[in-house]
Amino acid sequence: MKLLKPSKAGTYESNDIYIMLFPNDDEIRIELESIVLETYGKQIKKVMMDTLNDHNIENVLVKAIDKGALDYTIRARVITAINRGVSND
Amino acid sequence: MTNIRRSMLFIPGNNPGMLQSADVFDSDSVIFDLEDSVAIDEKASARILVKELFSSIEMSCERIVRINPYDTPFYASDIEAMRQLDIDMILLPKASVESIKDLDQKLIKTNINIMVLIETALGVEQVFEILNASKRCKGLMLGGEDLCVDLNCIRTKKGDELLYARYRVVNASKALSKFAIDTPYTDTFDEEGLKNDTLFSKSIGFDGKASINPRQVHCINEIFNPTLDEINHAKRVLEAKEMALKEGKGVFSLDGKMVDLPIIKRAEKVIELALKLGLMKGTS
Repeated sequence: MKLLKPSKAGTYESNDIYIMLFPNDDEIRIELESIVLETYGKQIKKVMMDTLNDHNIENVLVKAIDKGALDYTIRARVITAINRGVSND
Repeated sequence: MTNIRRSMLFIPGNNPGMLQSADVFDSDSVIFDLEDSVAIDEKASARILVKELFSSIEMSCERIVRINPYDTPFYASDIEAMRQLDIDMILLPKASVESIKDLDQKLIKTNINIMVLIETALGVEQVFEILNASKRCKGLMLGGEDLCVDLNCIRTKKGDELLYARYRVVNASKALSKFAIDTPYTDTFDEEGLKNDTLFSKSIGFDGKASINPRQVHCINEIFNPTLDEINHAKRVLEAKEMALKEGKGVFSLDGKMVDLPIIKRAEKVIELALKLGLMKGTS
């Protein structure tokens, strides 16, 4: 599936994550800011990557600002951003 | 999970912090809200978040999802997403006979039950027919705020404007052996008001009360718990009944008052609830 336009999902509130997706010529690239980057940065990126792969999304730049989101929230926000980015609405 | 429903706490469906804590507030049931607490632009986002929550976090409370109303563009997508999940009930807002029949059809091949939100003047007048329109429908909640808008009256703390609706929905639900939950008390800083409103709810037959803030849950639970006096009296009624049976008496009295079947049934209900809530220790 191809991202047609930039999209975003989530909030800057505690326990949430703000996700921005941009069409990208290269492979998937993730830029992450997180209050728990040192401890959980790798895991957060893995959840985002797995979710993108599950939805067959390639060639996307992900910018994410994490405020302590659990995996289910990260997945949900990535899915929402994908849905918004692949739609022409 | 038991069928005790003293408290039902609304949690906004697009708030991860509240969602993942839903089980810790001691509410018997939690209503994950996709309707009023979610902005129009975030409806799909909340639906996905709630879906992911249930796919990853286990909860011991009763799980209810309030979907969007039948006449909105979000209704069908909400049901489609929720019918795949391990939830107990769907709360149908602005319920009508037509909408509950439609929801019932859409839940075929699932174990999900229905609870209706009675919050229109027509809904109050048709409450018996609405409750009776689906075998999945286990009970109702009264929605005071929307009802007052429909009635074109001001919602007050005293609640006189809701008296007719409260009595009517309780009677209809009890006539059909279904549960009835009262509308939330909306001033979350007025503890005394919440207490009085909840005492009134209990006094006219509601089984529980909705809450819109976790700080309301404890007060509601306490009021809907059987009191120590009620438990002790119920135990004495059942002991007296056993004694009368042994002595071959059809009718008996306790403290000079005749005990008949309704009193025995009430005593049994009190003891059943007290046992489920673990309130029986040290009551003799």
